[in-house]
This record gives sequence, C-alpha cells and structure tokens, in this order.
Amino acid sequence: MITFKNIEKTYGSGSEAYRALSGVSFSIAEGEFVAIMGPSGSGKSTLMHILGCLDTPTSGTYELDDRDVSTMTDDELADIRKDKIGFVFQSFNLLPRTTVLRNVVLPLVYAGVSPEKRNPRAIAALKAAGLTEEHFAHLSNQLSGGQIQRVAIARALVNDPALILADEPTGNLDSKTSLIVLDTLQQLNRKHGRTIVLITHEPDIAEHADRIIKLRDGTIVSDEKNRAPRDAARETHLYENQ
Amino acid sequence: MRTSDLIDETYAALLANKVRSGLTVLGIVIGIASVIALTAIGQGAQNSIQSSIASIGSNLIAVTPGAARQIGFGASGGRGTARSLTVEDENAIIQISNVAAVSGEYAGRYQIAAAGANTNTSVTGVDAAYATIRNVTIDQGSFITDIQSASLAKVAVIGPTVVTDLFGTTATAPDALGQKIRINNLQFIIVGVTKTKGGSGFGNQDNVVYIPLGTALQYFAGNGNAYLSTIDIQASDQTAMAQVQSDVTALLLARHNISDPTKADFSILNQGDIVSAASSVTGTLTMLLAAIAGISLIVGGIGIMNMMLTTVTERMREIGLRKAIGATRKDVQKQFLAEAIALTFIGGAIGVALGWGISFVVSLTGLLTAQVTISSILLAFGVSAGIGIIFGWYPARRASNLNPIDALRYE
Repeated sequence: MITFKNIEKTYGSGSEAYRALSGVSFSIAEGEFVAIMGPSGSGKSTLMHILGCLDTPTSGTYELDDRDVSTMTDDELADIRKDKIGFVFQSFNLLPRTTVLRNVVLPLVYAGVSPEKRNPRAIAALKAAGLTEEHFAHLSNQLSGGQIQRVAIARALVNDPALILADEPTGNLDSKTSLIVLDTLQQLNRKHGRTIVLITHEPDIAEHADRIIKLRDGTIVSDEKNRAPRDAARETHLYENQ
Repeated sequence: MRTSDLIDETYAALLANKVRSGLTVLGIVIGIASVIALTAIGQGAQNSIQSSIASIGSNLIAVTPGAARQIGFGASGGRGTARSLTVEDENAIIQISNVAAVSGEYAGRYQIAAAGANTNTSVTGVDAAYATIRNVTIDQGSFITDIQSASLAKVAVIGPTVVTDLFGTTATAPDALGQKIRINNLQFIIVGVTKTKGGSGFGNQDNVVYIPLGTALQYFAGNGNAYLSTIDIQASDQTAMAQVQSDVTALLLARHNISDPTKADFSILNQGDIVSAASSVTGTLTMLLAAIAGISLIVGGIGIMNMMLTTVTERMREIGLRKAIGATRKDVQKQFLAEAIALTFIGGAIGVALGWGISFVVSLTGLLTAQVTISSILLAFGVSAGIGIIFGWYPARRASNLNPIDALRYE
C-alpha cells in the first residue's frame, strides 16, 4: 500500500545543503502496525512529513494506494491528506475553544460530507477511540492529555483513511496515559485492521508495534518484525495492580 | 467547504476573541457612521438652503435698476440707485409671452409707530401679484389688492415680526388686524398679517410691511420720483425662464433707447442662477465632509488588516492543523477573508444605524433637517464590504500560503 523508493530529501543548496534523508526505501502493507524509530536528527520528522504528504521528496518516488504522490502540487497533496491520511500529533492537536465533536467533524467538513452524515460518523469514530458520550460536548481545553490524544485519534479515523500517522503521540504524556493511547492504537489495528505508522524516539513505545524501522543519519539501519509486541492493555492492568 | 460551514467557522472565530473583534468593528462603525451622518448633514444643509431660496418665490426673475450715472466722470451711485424702472416698464413686461405675473416694488425703510411702540423696518409698495410671485401667504385678513393700489388706499399688510415689535411679544395676528399704525407719520390700517416664512440669508422676510404700490409711489416717492426699486417677474414655468429673461432684457433695452447691452441701466437676477450657485457651494461642502469621513473609514480598514495579520500569526498552528487534516489553500483563504468581511459587514450595519441615529439627533436640535440618503447607505455598505475584501485579502493570502509543516511547528 505504501512504497518508498530511494527517497531523498535535501534542504538548502550548495555548500549549505543538508541531506535529511538519503535513499530510504521500504514498503508497508495494509493492516500493518509499524513504528519508525530513531534519535532526534535521524530524519524521522522529515520521513513523517513525506509519509504524511505534508512535503514532497527531492528525489525518489512515493506511492500511496497506487498513486505517485511525490510530484504532486500543494492542493493535490491537501486532497490526499483529506482522503488517505489521519494525523495524530505530539502537541497542538485540537482546535482550542472548540467542542470535541466539532474537532472530529472538521475533516468531514473539508471533505464535503453532507451535514446530516457528519455527526453519526464522528460519534462512531469517537467510540472507536474509546471515548464515551459524556465527553462529546466538552471543549478541547477541558480535557486531559490522554483524552486529547484519543480525540485526535478519533479525528484521524473519521475520514476512514488508508493510513493513520501518529507523530510522537505519547511525547507529552505520562506513562499511564501513554499506555491508554497505545492501547487505543493497538485496538484499532487488531480489531479494525487499521494501518498505523507510529513515529517515536522511545524504544519502549516502539515495542508496541508489530514491525520496527530504525533510522539513523537519514538511512534505515534496521527493519525488523517485532516477534513479541508489548500489549498495552495488559500493562495497564499491571500498573493498576501495583 | 460549504457556505454554511464557512459561516459557522467565521462565527466561532470572531466570538473566540470578542474584545478584539469588537474594537476592530468599532473602527469601521465610526468610519461608516461618520460618512452617513456627515453626508446627511451636508444634504440637509443643501435642502435647507434650497428651500430658503424657493421661499423667496418660484420661477422668479428680478429686475433691478443699474448704477446711477452722472454726466462725465462723476461718482457712481452703485447698482440699484438709477432711476430707470417705471410702472410703464412693468406694464409692458406683462405683455411678454410666458410671463405669469409681474409686480413692481417700491421699497424704503421708515419709522413705524403704533400706540406706545415703534420700530424701523422696510416698507415695500407692491402689487397684488406680489403675493403669488414671492410666495407670501396670508395668516389673517387679506393681501393688498389692485383696487387699493389704484385708489391710493392707506392700508398695510405686516409680517409677524412687526406684529410682535409693535403690539408686544404676546400679540397674535388677529390682535393686529384693523389696528392703526403710522408709517412716516401717515396713518395706515392693517388689513392683513402674513404667515411666518422663517428663512435666513436673504433678509428676514417676516420683518416687513407691505402697502399698495400706488400709495407708496404717491406718498413716499415724492413728486416726479415714481421709479420702481425692483420689478418681480414670475415665468410660467422653469423652462421658460431663459426666454423670459432675454425677452425682458430686449424689451427694456428698447424702451430705454439703449443699443449696447453692456450699458444697460438695469440688471436682471434669475432665481435659477442663485439656486445653482448655492447648490454648487453646498455640494462642495458635502464632498468635503464625505472626504473627511472617508479618511476615518480607511483608518478603520487598516485596523481590520492589522487585526487579521495578528490573527494569522496567532493562529499559525491552527492553520497548520487545518491544512494537515485536509483544508486546501482555498479553504484557508476563504475562512480568513470571510472573517474580515464579516467584521466590516457587522461594522457597516452598526455604522449605518449609528449614522442614522446621529442624523436624527442633529435634526432634533432643529439646526437643520439632516437627510440620510439611500445612496449614502449603499455607498457606505459597498465601501465597507470593499474594505473587508481589500484589507482582508492580504492576511488571508498569507495564511493560505503557509507551509503546514512550518505552521505546525510554529511556537
């Protein structure tokens, strides 16, 4: 479903040029839960931007659902993001002073979904992300960090995207709420067959995925199946029983 | 993005920052209100001047004597002093086509006395036609008649100011009727009182005494001095004014045996000329007021641009987020443009109401009746919408061109 072929990304030009990615190739099949891991400066943010169609590579091809997105214009990329990709960011994930429901409805607004169909879809997504109805009318600034990320996951789901891209979703959370978010992602992957790419610098977090791609200095240093992924739901129990 | 969604988003965004939105709107409110109020006041001034001109008569052409010339290089007596217009001239003018009415005038200032009070005012000998030509309306009694003029009757019609001057401030028109007054030591009986005309700029038309022209010429002009101070002519309608004026000029030149029109011993004043002169003065005044108000509108517009630019910077990450979840450049541009236009539109609506209110208050003071015109409202609304588009376009474009990555990272 996702194919990266020899992706390079260079910022600046001449002697100032900085190569963030040099010849990255991999592919991800539908229904996979992949973690992309690396320290800061490894190029994982650049990779995330290209993967999320927020940026285009300097060279190489990127195919998403059999479409070559590496040479698209800004507005074409906006269309791809709208239809194919759901984002979960580390911070500033929700619109401030806006209700939970409205935040989740927003991608449907930009996708041109008719108003009657929006709320049922948003509510279904919120439920899939593990939120209950009592939260729907809350303003985004009345929520805890874990709840914010679950709303963000619901928003990422609502358009039924091909790929959910989570960029350090637990970066601002404590261990316990991190597990809740990871559990939500695992449930979506296992029960609903969602394709998820998780970008992180923490090995603990990456171990929840079924496959781990490690980046260093703009190249892939390892790409391995994770034979025994950690189960966030069980860890949560352990936490509570301590 | 649907229009209804655009409206929802705009509403939410403006409400999120009530104080700032309010202050920005205030700039436009002041601009629009001052445009509406000042043009209304200008229009009101124009109307009041035009109605005051209309009150001196309709389709009026006034002939006045030229300067008295002495033989050789003597001092000129100034226009109006020549003894050139006669009752015969007046009678000849009546024959000209499209002349509806003619009245001679013999005017002077005299001491007027009633029991215990006296005043000094202008006494004008007039014909019966004077009332229609100069829009004099009678409150009590009747105006001068031609029979009174022919019989040299010592009767007078006085204005309301004269009534109070002679008979006390509480005196009303019926009190004055039938009273005897002395004009230049001759006794007259009051047969009529005119209605108040108000009016300013052309002398107080309420402080007058009218007597029959024949009587005036007989008793006040002195022997062999039966010359008129003015001949008032009313043309049958507006379009005939030019023709009447040129015919009267030709007739009087012929009657006075003058072949060179530049040496005419009379001058003709056409009411249309006064109206157009006054209109151009008040028109310029209105333009000036509107220009001053226009400046405040521009300042308000810059206020909107300033706020929108601040908003774009402040909401950088929101813009990034919207773009990440699928907002196109156009969606973002529309959203910010809609906010700017909504601000100016709200400002415009409140401004029109406020401007209307100010005009109403100005009218209440009685100085003049300010008139709000539809065109000024349309103009104000058009300008405010235009300002929204012009001053909102640049910030909206800036927002739409933001790179989503940079926007999301912005701290």
